[in-house]
Amino acid sequence: MLGLLWLIPAFPLAGFVLLALAGSRLSRRGVALVGVGSVGLSALAASLVGGSFLLSPPAGQAATQTLWSWIDVAGFHPEIAFRLDALSLIMILVVTFVGFLIHLYSAEFMMDEEGYSRFFAYMNLFVGAMLILLLADNLPLLYLGWEGVGLCSYLLIGFWYREPENGRAARKAFIVTRVGDAAMAVGLFLLFTQLGTLQIQELMQRASAQWQGGSGLAVAAAALLLGGAVGKSAQLPLQTWLPDAMAGPSPVSALIHAATMVTAGVYLIARMNVLFGLAPSVMLAVAIIGALTLLLAGFSALVQRDIKRVLAYSTISQIGYMFLALGVGAWSAAIFHFMTHAFFKALLFLGAGAIIIRLHHEHDMFKMGGLRREMPTTFWTFLIGSASLAAIPLVTAGFYSKDQILWSAWASETGSPWLWAAGLIGALLTSLYTFRMVFLTFYCERHALVRELSPLPALGIRIRLPLVVLAVLSVVGGLVDLPHTLGNLPFLSDFLHQILPAANMASEGLGTELLFQVIAGVVSVGGVYFAYLLILRRRQVVERWARSSLGSFLRRLWFGGWGFDRLYDTLVVRAYAWCAQANRHDIIDSFYETVVVRPYRWLARINRGDAIDLLFTGLARLATALHALLSRTQTGRVRWYAAGITLGAAIAIALVVLL
Amino acid sequence: MASVPIDHGLIIAGILFALGLVGVLVRRNVLFMLLSIEIMLNAAGLAFVIAGARWAQADGQVMFLFILTMAAAEVSVGLALILQIYHHTKTLDADAFDEMRG
Repeated sequence: MLGLLWLIPAFPLAGFVLLALAGSRLSRRGVALVGVGSVGLSALAASLVGGSFLLSPPAGQAATQTLWSWIDVAGFHPEIAFRLDALSLIMILVVTFVGFLIHLYSAEFMMDEEGYSRFFAYMNLFVGAMLILLLADNLPLLYLGWEGVGLCSYLLIGFWYREPENGRAARKAFIVTRVGDAAMAVGLFLLFTQLGTLQIQELMQRASAQWQGGSGLAVAAAALLLGGAVGKSAQLPLQTWLPDAMAGPSPVSALIHAATMVTAGVYLIARMNVLFGLAPSVMLAVAIIGALTLLLAGFSALVQRDIKRVLAYSTISQIGYMFLALGVGAWSAAIFHFMTHAFFKALLFLGAGAIIIRLHHEHDMFKMGGLRREMPTTFWTFLIGSASLAAIPLVTAGFYSKDQILWSAWASETGSPWLWAAGLIGALLTSLYTFRMVFLTFYCERHALVRELSPLPALGIRIRLPLVVLAVLSVVGGLVDLPHTLGNLPFLSDFLHQILPAANMASEGLGTELLFQVIAGVVSVGGVYFAYLLILRRRQVVERWARSSLGSFLRRLWFGGWGFDRLYDTLVVRAYAWCAQANRHDIIDSFYETVVVRPYRWLARINRGDAIDLLFTGLARLATALHALLSRTQTGRVRWYAAGITLGAAIAIALVVLL
Repeated sequence: MASVPIDHGLIIAGILFALGLVGVLVRRNVLFMLLSIEIMLNAAGLAFVIAGARWAQADGQVMFLFILTMAAAEVSVGLALILQIYHHTKTLDADAFDEMRG
């Protein structure tokens, strides 16, 4: 069964090729069949491979499949090779299954859009590239998948390309992540020149053999890779592209900008854990970036009006949690949170998409309200997703994964009370903004827009099924890893610890852990209660606060994402534009203008009518004249031709007779 | 019976050929042009028969049979073409069919 590994990325890629070549000739049914089916087959292959991996683990807890040699030049020979181990297995299972559900949802969601086959072609290419990224055995192949998902992200953000604003958002996402990718490329060059290989396993061995912990090169390499991860995962300071990326269709936001691509940075750091382990200062930076990002994004999410932007900031914030976990060495906790986050955030985006479509592309939450009765399926599933995001204790998956992160932030050797406090404030913010969103959308008074809704046919099965399945996963997904205080059944952590080091806990203790869980639970439930109080009961308190000078200042600051956009606009974009403007007529330009361009123009002008020119013009005229003469003989009259033949025959005979 | 001298026969054939050629060149009616071509073919056939008689060989007559068959085929194709042209242009004037001029 492990031989089927190559099929997992091959199915979506084949689907992409088919749709790209023949998509315009297929019916919508056919397109949906190919687009959804290819990811479905990939999910099937992934579960077969995963099943056989679990039942009969290969030697060394990892299986490698080498397909062919990609490049072979001067000691640099990356191969097209896939490696399956505990980490990549969990990632590909989540990507293919969540991806399949989102494709199924899109088949109905995008039904009325033009470019149906284009959409599925891009989505399939994305899934294929993501799987290559996850399964890659060497860094160049990983980088191929990395850039592939970036490209698809660009294409899908700008899917509705007729709106110039969407094109701008797509370019922004592409360029901002490119900053990180450039750092990552430099990191790869550094690793190759220093260690002589980019094969991941070999690289890890050589790194730990050659480099001391904390040595300059290790820190530099890890920091450069972190740059790539920060760009892709929308962390501080490259987080600005993600909220704008919501210009794409909702399934795209669900698949790429919540469940899969943005967590590629988390995967990269987890994959390179040995290297990061050699650079403690970079690990600390990862944790601090995570903590800061989750706070900043959480505050921004509090004041957004657009439902998708709330979810976008929430994604940034949740990935901040994953970075926090990575930074304190709790590798498996980060992957656990990646998994539960993929479930509930995909669910929330799909639910938001259903609402937006129902309200004819209205994104503003303040124009919703009272949708509870209008859309019961969406309401219940959205509520479950929100509960999981807000980490309501015991019943949701989000609680288990977030609790693990918070506990590690406190108790791990590299953790600190500050990181824990940031995580806890973040948890309060999370449940506040999440339930603000829920109350504004589904409770409150019905807005005029909702009242005027004509009764539409209920959502189709292809939209309901993914919502329900994801809602179930958002509840039971946490049961794969129960903490010490609740049965101590860490299946997922044990499985991941085959290849990821376990976090070194400085303080262990059931009592303390229980206390912290109670605190986290109280905080998240308290957040929900605050949201209830402020949105549904005492709205005027919020409004009065928002009108005060400090309140309105903070509101504007948070609404614009802490002014990062404006900062980059001033520091980078305008400066660059100014340089380009200033360089238009610089010294070098004018030098070439005087020395080359003007003499050349002068020569060209005086040479316009010289002898050679005349010769060639004459030749051209002669040819035209001859042509006119010859075309005269083609009269089209058959008697002329007969006369011509007679004359020719007479001349030929005369020649024979006379000579 | 004295045989016809070969010169007489060839002169007749030449006159017939010239008549046919002039007919093709001066006549504007396509049907008459086709008739003139037939005359030219028969002139050539006559020349073959006379030459065969002169050297007492059967080849001349064999050749004439070939010409006869070819003429039949040519007439059938030619008439069909003329019919089609007439449908298109409603005239038999050969000079009216000059749409292919250069």
